[in-house]
Amino acid sequence: MKVLVPVKRVIDYNVKVRVKADQSGVDLANVKMSMNPFDEIAVEQAIRLKEAGQVTEIVVVSIGVEKSQETLRNALAMGADRAILVKAVDNVEDDVEPLTVAKILKGIVDEEQPGLVIMGKQAIDNDMNATGQMLSALMGWSQGTFASGLELTDGSATVTREVDGGLQVIKIPTPCVLTVDLRLNEPRYASLPNIMKAKKKPLEVKEPGDYGASVEKRLTIVKVEEPPARKAGVMVGSVEELVEKLKTEAGVL
Amino acid sequence: MAVLLLAEHDNATLNDATAKTVTAAAQMGGDIHVLCAGSDCGAVAAEAAKLSGVTKVLCAKDPAYGHDLAEPLADLIVSLAGDYDHIVASATTSGKNVMPRVAALLDCMVISDISGVHSADTFERPIYAGNAMATVQSTDAKKIITVRGASFDVAAMDGSAAVEEIGAVANPGLSEWVEDKVVESNRPELTSAKIVISGGRGMGSAENFELVDKVADKLGAAVGASRAAVDSGYAPNDYQVGQTGKVVAPELYIAVGISGAIQHLAGMKDSKVIVAINKDEEAPIFQVADYGLVADLFDALPKLESAL
Ligand SMILES: Cc1cc2nc3c(=O)[nH]c(=O)nc-3n(C[C@H](O)[C@H](O)[C@H](O)COP(=O)(O)OP(=O)(O)OC[C@H]3O[C@@H](n4cnc5c(N)ncnc54)[C@H](O)[C@@H]3O)c2cc1C
Repeated sequence: MKVLVPVKRVIDYNVKVRVKADQSGVDLANVKMSMNPFDEIAVEQAIRLKEAGQVTEIVVVSIGVEKSQETLRNALAMGADRAILVKAVDNVEDDVEPLTVAKILKGIVDEEQPGLVIMGKQAIDNDMNATGQMLSALMGWSQGTFASGLELTDGSATVTREVDGGLQVIKIPTPCVLTVDLRLNEPRYASLPNIMKAKKKPLEVKEPGDYGASVEKRLTIVKVEEPPARKAGVMVGSVEELVEKLKTEAGVL
Repeated sequence: MAVLLLAEHDNATLNDATAKTVTAAAQMGGDIHVLCAGSDCGAVAAEAAKLSGVTKVLCAKDPAYGHDLAEPLADLIVSLAGDYDHIVASATTSGKNVMPRVAALLDCMVISDISGVHSADTFERPIYAGNAMATVQSTDAKKIITVRGASFDVAAMDGSAAVEEIGAVANPGLSEWVEDKVVESNRPELTSAKIVISGGRGMGSAENFELVDKVADKLGAAVGASRAAVDSGYAPNDYQVGQTGKVVAPELYIAVGISGAIQHLAGMKDSKVIVAINKDEEAPIFQVADYGLVADLFDALPKLESAL
């Protein structure tokens, strides 16, 4: 079975985000960019399935700027077999909306016919948590979202999902779309020899039009602002002082 | 102009999140119709009918809707969509699961996790783990939205809407529920509690986490955790507060043995009063705390328990 894993190049999760003075967005010039952490977990899961003999080929896809090639090479170095870059925008600050991404992915899925799509539950930049569900809808497939456990048997996936009340286990037929949560696995680091080898793995460059899609915007950014700052607090010297202040000053006890 | 609002419930009681979502929906304009879909949700529909501002409750009873499975629920919502300009749900795991599916089926974008309503088509939402607030305007014919509960108050229960039973739509048969693994607790729910106390990696073990539990029980508080505490097995996954866990805004939030990574702050920095207990005076959590105590938690927590 072939697995498709979409990966997104995003601001590194350790970088302090700066809002631009003109309120047009967040400053992404010269900041460290990395693979979306949830997507690393998705790539790792695909590799583990391949190592377990349940998957034969891992295709990784990124939709965004030219530089997303770096993210794809990183996935290839982790262990993916081949990559597709869909050059959808020129400016890194033009985020491609989940609906557009899902439409392009649908074109790729129609062409590649994977038995499974594994992706991150959320991108840590726009925090939308939407693309996987949208792709699943466009394909008319089942969705197994927020997965922290996965078992594949012939023709179906048993997915343990992290939900507000605890865990939910569902069984869905394949092909399907899975979106992964933090606790599914711990992604590996690419080794130096594998980074070298990844440079020779195939990477195709495509355009949205190749999949009959165009980059549309349904949401216009009116402005992006800093969140309101909290006022400075005080340090207390003891538990007794803390309780006293919470009772009399803050009035919350 | 009307809003279709998906109720969040467990077939027995209506979740608080729905009452908060009603408050957001009221700011979008138009009638509010609540959809209760479940295996046996008559009592929930009756409760939803009392929500202030709700003019009609649609009640769809069918086993297919018993476990919040996205595929049958999305098809039901899409079958009703024609009459509505806005379709909204709470940004719970269930809302986040189904609404993007609904949006794609209607060829619309989803507007996830809104924290403010500026007008019928313009909304505020946090991005980059809440480090930036975006105001976005939708050009879609229908606005498909999930609402962040922590940003809205609960609507009053002074209404008396009519409840209308509606039929189920064909089940696409794409998913099967196997089981729920839910830990029963007598504590208040994390997202609606007035006081939350959370433990982090500093707790050191699942056994030590009881120190947090004991203080919570004294305070009638809910218990939360950082990702590190959940990953280490000190606390269950549904305790996680943060960018990719639950977002809370209680009257009082007490962070114990939590360093204050941005991903954690994303889930709690709108709390009214924040207390941090950490042995490292440099811990970033102190930058958002109203009251900071530099102390060893193994000393401070038992003292706190007896001082209350
Ligand atoms: C994609 C992504 C999503 C994430 N989502 C979330 C999320 O939703 N929620 C979340 O919380 N994190 C999230 N994280 C993780 C986040 O980056 C941090 O790693 C995590 O919050 C750290 O948890 P912690 O503060 O408990 O642990 P640490 O950072 O290890 O801090 C432990 C703290 O405990 C203190 N301590 C230790 N012993 C004691 C003692 N005896 N007494 C007092 N203090 C003590 C230490 O001084 C330290 O400050 C996410 C990360 C990524 C990459």
